Amino acid sequence: MSYQKVNERHLDYFKSFLPADRLFYGDAISEDYSHDELVGEKMMPELLIRVTSTEEISRVLAYANAERIPVTTRGSGTGLVGGALPVMGGILLETTLMNRILDCDEEDFTVTVQPGVLLMDLQQYASDRGYMYPPDPGEKTGTIGGNISTNAGGMRAVKYGVTRDYVRSLTVVLPDGRVETFSGKVVKNSTGYSLKDLIIGSEGTLAVVAEAVLKLVPQPACTVSLLIPFADIDSALRCVPELIRSGTGPTAIEFMTRNVILFTEEYLGSRFPDKNHDAYLLLTYDGNSAEAVEANWTRAADLCIEMGAVDALIVDTEERQSVVWTARGAFLEAIKGSTTEMDECDVVLPRTRVAEYIRFTHELEREYDIRLPSFGHAGDGNLHIYLCRDGMDDASWAERKETVFGRMYTRAFEMGGLVSGEHGVGFAKRRYMLERLGEDQLALMRGIKRVFDPNNILNPNKVCEVD
Amino acid sequence: MNILVCIKQVPSSNNVEVDPETGVLKREGASAKLNPYDLFAIETALELAERYGGRVTTLTMGPNQAAKALEETLAMGAEEAYLLSDRRFAGADVLATSHTLAEGIRMAGNFDLILTGKQTTDGDTAQVGPEIAEHLGIPHAANVEAVLALDGEGITVRMQLETVLQTQHMPLPALLSMDKDVNTPRLPSYLRRKAFDPSKLHVLSRDDFADQSERRYGLAGSPTQVERIFPPEGNTEQTIYEGTSDELADRLYTLLRTRKFI
Repeated sequence: MSYQKVNERHLDYFKSFLPADRLFYGDAISEDYSHDELVGEKMMPELLIRVTSTEEISRVLAYANAERIPVTTRGSGTGLVGGALPVMGGILLETTLMNRILDCDEEDFTVTVQPGVLLMDLQQYASDRGYMYPPDPGEKTGTIGGNISTNAGGMRAVKYGVTRDYVRSLTVVLPDGRVETFSGKVVKNSTGYSLKDLIIGSEGTLAVVAEAVLKLVPQPACTVSLLIPFADIDSALRCVPELIRSGTGPTAIEFMTRNVILFTEEYLGSRFPDKNHDAYLLLTYDGNSAEAVEANWTRAADLCIEMGAVDALIVDTEERQSVVWTARGAFLEAIKGSTTEMDECDVVLPRTRVAEYIRFTHELEREYDIRLPSFGHAGDGNLHIYLCRDGMDDASWAERKETVFGRMYTRAFEMGGLVSGEHGVGFAKRRYMLERLGEDQLALMRGIKRVFDPNNILNPNKVCEVD
Repeated sequence: MNILVCIKQVPSSNNVEVDPETGVLKREGASAKLNPYDLFAIETALELAERYGGRVTTLTMGPNQAAKALEETLAMGAEEAYLLSDRRFAGADVLATSHTLAEGIRMAGNFDLILTGKQTTDGDTAQVGPEIAEHLGIPHAANVEAVLALDGEGITVRMQLETVLQTQHMPLPALLSMDKDVNTPRLPSYLRRKAFDPSKLHVLSRDDFADQSERRYGLAGSPTQVERIFPPEGNTEQTIYEGTSDELADRLYTLLRTRKFI
């Protein structure tokens, strides 16, 4: 596929309907736009356009499609797999100015948002009105557009599900500029293929999300977390399937280790309430009556203690929750701060295999002399394992990363796991996806891509490649 | 080292509504929690007891429900708790409250160190701690951010005052009002909560106190009365001034004077 570079003529066209303060060309583009939160490579777009409306997106895409200029959509750039990196240059379409919450429908329990609304702003907006938007990734400054594009999960997925479960409808702009709304404010839908669901998790390769109608739920009146210390990570993870079987209905089951807590203390400059033990589970229970919630969490606490937990520490007030969950939300940045460079593995496994897999990563640490701190969503089998470069030189970092990633994905696949639970594939994890899904499934994906984007202008070289 | 921590049960939400008719905080129905400021005092007490040896006792004045807050301190690591509960304590201002607490402390035992939080989230006066010390006739320090030394000679603390840090040495017994955020309070333990022994929670009434004078307790012992409590008026007006810092200071001063804020 050959593309055109953005030239003066193209620029003149965009200038005809976009103001100068939202158009940045060449050297005027800040280096910030060349990377995301993790991927090491830096890639600059030729033109940065900060859009403010569906109509602008439509005009930009229609033109870029006709001129064969690649377009990469970007929210606030908090991705971890290079999904928003303009690998083929071209136009970077930035949506953060489209950050209005357009409507809150208290009859149908929905909220209509533009793609640049930040997750933290949406969560606050919902909570101010007595509602909750359940998807809860650690990164609260990500945009809803980005969350939809990666089908972000987060910490409440055990009980509430992931972003996909909260998208009622999407208004998208197709590469040729047409604007379509997929699905509607409906709870059920058996009307043909679910195009809405194809867009969710497609990482900006099929269409640009211009508006989303999201589902809200009533805010639970009572939330209690438990921080459960264990002598080692194995005993902690052994409790997880039992907790799920127990019928106590946890909202979150997170696991963390002492070393990650220590990095986080260092990073935040504040102390965590307990770090005397090697491993912890962090559970949350919510509901509408304090008694019912307490009945569930005490049952969970008893179960964990029977299975070897040292105690169960009660996290029951706003202040306590803020200390514990702020630390949990900072784990990624804290690990990043503990090393010179890192890469991550976001595998998702059958929940029963998590303990075994973490044990395997500990073996890898010894075998390859590399630090692999991890934390994650034990309750849904989604792990975040970080490869830390520390003092390695370029060559050994590249080599060890390659080998360790290879070993980790191979073992995950043997266990029935997948490449990504919530961060997406971007360009960083494509080859592992191909390895897992195989040529036939990739061919189906390419076919879908071709139908939506025959000229392959949207986020080329991401997810699947089209020849 | 015998340490006592005075605590209070407060409404669990920081946004408690005020009844517009009576001006009273609407406490009914609102769930309650331990005053967040007190958690820093409890943590300090437990750390000192761990470091220097000793035990931690907690004490509060309040209705029967306040026992819940004391049980929580036991789950955090305190060994004994005292609830001062008596209808005749009701309506107390800071003077009557601190007198009642001082009387209760005298009955609860001999303490080397008494700790309080800086203030409560519902009363916000920050006066009760130092007043307890005055009633007991012992030295006290407020806004304490760190205990620097503790031995037979006394205690050395650092206080975070408005413009300076002050280091102060005092003989024991002494009272400290702990500043907020000076530590990360430990979480209540479920195992300790389950092992709760009711004999560790003592309830005292006025009849147990040495001072039986009616005029020193509750409404009768309160020289100050709250006339009205009202939420501050919301205001989103914004004015931006530009100029040198001297000009800006003058303008701000004039504005605050004309609005009668100073």
